[in-house]
This record gives sequence, C-alpha cells and structure tokens, in this order.
Amino acid sequence: MEKLIISGKEFNSRLFLGTGKFSSNAIMAEAIKASETQMVTMAMKRIDLNDDNDDMLAHIAVPGIQLLPNTSGTRNAEEAVFAAKMSREAFGTNWLKLEIHPDPRYLLPDPVETLKATEMLVKEGFVVLPYCQADPVLCKRLAEAGAATVMPLAAPIGTNKGLRTRDFLNIIIEEATVPVIVDAGIGVPSDAAAAMEIGADAVLVNTAISVAGDPVAMASAFKKAVEAGREAYEAGPAIQPATFQAEASSPLTAFLNN
Amino acid sequence: MNVKINNETANLNEGTTVATLAGSRNLPERGIAIAINNEMVPRGEWAVRKICDGDDIVILKAFCGG
Repeated sequence: MEKLIISGKEFNSRLFLGTGKFSSNAIMAEAIKASETQMVTMAMKRIDLNDDNDDMLAHIAVPGIQLLPNTSGTRNAEEAVFAAKMSREAFGTNWLKLEIHPDPRYLLPDPVETLKATEMLVKEGFVVLPYCQADPVLCKRLAEAGAATVMPLAAPIGTNKGLRTRDFLNIIIEEATVPVIVDAGIGVPSDAAAAMEIGADAVLVNTAISVAGDPVAMASAFKKAVEAGREAYEAGPAIQPATFQAEASSPLTAFLNN
Repeated sequence: MNVKINNETANLNEGTTVATLAGSRNLPERGIAIAINNEMVPRGEWAVRKICDGDDIVILKAFCGG
C-alpha cells in the first residue's frame, strides 16, 4: 500500500479514528490499537471544576499517533480560530480538524465560515483539515486557500448512512490537488472499502466503531476494509467509477466575453 | 475580586496569577488551555499573568470527539 502523505508527514494507516461516544477510555484505547490508526481526533470542552478531571490524553497520546484536535461546537470562523489556538496550546500540535456547524440538528458544515477560517488559520501556521460538504467547487477553494486535505462528508455526522454523496465524491477525487478524506456518515466497513476503492486517500470513522456491539472487533474490521479498498484501488478495478459530465441546459454563449 | 470562570462567578485574591489559579484547581497535567477575555494565555505566561477584577476566564480540557 502506498503511504499517505499529508503536509509532508507519512502515514501507513489510511483509517482515521474519532474518539467520541466510546463507553470507556479503556475500550477506546483498545479500539485505537486494533484499528492501527495513526491519526486520532479529539475535541475540547469547558472544564467542570467539580468533576473528576482525568487525564484522557494518557489513553491516546502514544508514540506514532498524530493527534487531530477538532473545533466542534464552533459556529463561525472567529470562534473556530479561538478554538484552534486553545487546542494548539492544549494538545501541542498545529494540526487541526476544522469543523464549523452552526445547526445542531443536521450538523452540516457552514461552507462560507469554513473557507474563511481556513484562510485565517493557514496564515497562523496551522495544518488545516477542513470538514466540509461534498461540494467539488468548495473543495477546490479550500485547497487553494491552503488546506492540507479536504474532508467531505459521506452523510450527516453520526447517521451511519454510508456514501450518500458518492457522485460528488467521485468528482472531488478526480479533481483533487490535496488528499481527500471521506469523513462522517460511514456506517459499516463496506462503506469504508467503497470510499477507498473510488480513490479516497483515507476515511475518518467514529460512531460506526464506538457504538458497535464490540467496538474493538469493529475497529479491526474497519482496518481490514480500508486496506482492502486501498489495495483494490491501487490494483486498478476492472469496473471504473461511472464517469459523466454535466450537459448544459442553458446556452453557454459568451455574453460576458463577447 | 470577582471573576467569571467558565460562566460561573468566583472570588479570587488580588494578585492571583493564572498559574496560581490552575494550581488551586484539580486540573489534569495535560490537555488544558486557558483564555482570559477570549485571548488564549500560553502556558509559559501563566506564572506572570495576573488576573484582574471582572476577567472572563475560560478553561478548556481535552475531551472525546470525532
């Protein structure tokens, strides 16, 4: 399997793991091990001074794993930049999963604020991996703004609905100048394999593993699916993704340039 | 003096620094960031940064998330 390179850093694993919703830190740590992931996402929250504030990083911050703090909970670029600076301080890394979703019902990323925040954070020296809609035009704009990858969604966060955006993912992958990480909505290992077969560079999985009956076994299953999908892609599938292109329904006559 | 810590009112002694505040609470060793009035205070400045009356302090910690 070819190595994945993001911002000059090599990864052997193409499975990124989210740490939300595990029933315990011990199971999370076992799942991380079973997945053989080298990129793990984390969030931040306001501390409750009355809580028993354990050191959860002890379960995650192990050699060989790149921490990828997210900006979940932010609603606009300004809040995301604040969260990014806090996470750089807390986690000691300038890598960042930028996610701005102002609407709690569908948790869909705000494209305008995400692009704006990407521009600001790249200038501040962050390695920005923006979570975004599976919008090929937006993905190009994010890459032009200096994003290290794009992370288009397969389906809304936590829904396990699979590759609902597949046709758009095909376009994004075809046109990509940075690695494409399919994030959110992947429900079962076959979804992850399918994403890899069409040429995604990696997938990010959380809920499908953390709420599985046996999260550790499921992490192992996803590892195999991602490897199989990538190997299949590199082997050159006999069936290529159906290619198509838009057919204009309005005249494309040049009324702007004579 | 009165300040806000994560939206709750707290009373601190005059001259309290960020480092004293952090030391007086049961904070984890790692995965913590502190901001005053929406400005992150780097850990290297905790010992010298004095907290002022009315400051709005936010303490964040690492948490699980995807």
